[in-house]
Amino acid sequence: MVLIFAETWEGTFKKSTFEAVQYGAACAQAQGTEAYAVVVGPCTPPVESLGAHGAAKVIHLHGTDRFEPAAFASAIASLAKELGATQIVLSGTANGKSLAGVLAAEADAAAITNVTGLPSQFAPLTVERSAFSSKGIEQCTSHAACTVLVLIPNALGTQQASTQQAGFEDRTVTFEPRSTPGLAQVASGKIPLPEAERVVSAGRGMKGPEHWNLIEELASVLSAGTACSKPVSDIGWRPHSEHVGQTGIQINPQLYIAIGISGAIQHLAGVSGSKTIVVINNDPEAPFFKAADYGIVGDAFDVVPRLTAALKAHLS
Amino acid sequence: MKILVCISHVPDTTAKIQFTAGGTALDPNGVQFVINPYDEFGLTKALQLKEKHGGSVTVITYGDATVEPTLRKALAIGADDAVRLDGVPTDSMQVASELAAYISGQGFDLIICGQESIDYNGGVVPGALAAKLRLPFVNACIGLDLEGSQAQALREMDGGKEALTASLPLVVGGKKGLVEESELRIPNMRGIMTARTKPLAVTPLTGATALTGAAAFTKPAPKAAVQLIDSSNLDELVRRLHEEAKVI
Repeated sequence: MVLIFAETWEGTFKKSTFEAVQYGAACAQAQGTEAYAVVVGPCTPPVESLGAHGAAKVIHLHGTDRFEPAAFASAIASLAKELGATQIVLSGTANGKSLAGVLAAEADAAAITNVTGLPSQFAPLTVERSAFSSKGIEQCTSHAACTVLVLIPNALGTQQASTQQAGFEDRTVTFEPRSTPGLAQVASGKIPLPEAERVVSAGRGMKGPEHWNLIEELASVLSAGTACSKPVSDIGWRPHSEHVGQTGIQINPQLYIAIGISGAIQHLAGVSGSKTIVVINNDPEAPFFKAADYGIVGDAFDVVPRLTAALKAHLS
Repeated sequence: MKILVCISHVPDTTAKIQFTAGGTALDPNGVQFVINPYDEFGLTKALQLKEKHGGSVTVITYGDATVEPTLRKALAIGADDAVRLDGVPTDSMQVASELAAYISGQGFDLIICGQESIDYNGGVVPGALAAKLRLPFVNACIGLDLEGSQAQALREMDGGKEALTASLPLVVGGKKGLVEESELRIPNMRGIMTARTKPLAVTPLTGATALTGAAAFTKPAPKAAVQLIDSSNLDELVRRLHEEAKVI
């Protein structure tokens, strides 16, 4: 059977959770078995609603209200062992990545991260993953009895949900954290970058932080997240949490609009998983144009407000 | 304060990646190898902590003799000694097992890994190592302070950050923010000279098996040529995003 970690954030499911549940359900179906989801901690939506994404049953573990990798891993690993899971599916969110290695060790499992597709076979389990910062595609094979599969968020997308309800079971377990989570600061009202379906990103071509309102207005029209290049976060125009690229955040949105970013190889490593890339740059020789689907050679201060207006007109 | 920094020997960020004929492995010809960038932040942090609290900084990697220049570079930057686990790893859980076997009983107070290596992008070793050692683990660590036997850490979350406390020993998966880019150290001449005589121990493996293997590597399909759209015709871009790309 397949066990899926159905991550919650502030008591509700993340979008990437539905993607993980669908992935796990597809794996289960291909093997003629069932997919169970495990929810840990407070959850406002009825957990049985995960049936709409393919979970046959949901096990809701109570006893903690904060994510802690050792505590979560140990609880999920014992459940996986009890159920005889052959795959444990997670989404590669910040918490998913924290959990992956700990969980694999606790479950005596192999771990395959950065997964970009469904397994091509199950005996032995073989699945495609991204490697070398998107410069390579690896067909990775697991020889272990159980494998932790960590998906790149947004890599597969979510399908239409059904109205199916899952069975569910509540359990109270003892969690044994090894660290103590304290104050969490989350920017409210902003779309976390790894989950954003559209991202508007800008670089030094914006000439200064005071011009970011142009970027934010465009992002707002598209309901997009905002990001920036490494130089922009290094000089403090924007927070590090917006830096996408090799040593920053890796993203895979449907649409990535890069404004005033030249497209250094380190930047491309973080964004080349984007489905569609639009580059706006006043330098026709900017290397980013080679990696783009659509390009506009022009001054950001002229193009961006007009693009915002054109999109607003289209979307209204 | 006894600190261990786990280092990966990886292709330079700007390296052109090619695979061997048959696509079973990375072709190292013409590739410049460096200390994994995530590990560089950890190494600098370790040196700063040593300067503040005293103690030693050991660097460790798992690889054959070809990785030794990367360990010597870490020694030149300021690590006191180096360990090479002698073999060629093929799987993250195997690496975590061998590291755990070496670390057990050595009395390290802090073990710093990069949150992932930029070659295979696994991101599995730090957490698996912590679990095997039964130690607390902070991933995507962007801030770390020690006070006695307590660590105060900051980790990156989706769209924010979280403060945590943990008792030492602790395993960290670090990234930029642990130290700033501007604080990264480069070897000076004296460092390079002394690195030659610093201890580099070659340690045999314990025989941990690989749980995964790469069946094949390919390169992503090349992107079609960019469609340039005149900046006076942004409605055309909007139309193509809607009708062709179907992203709006």
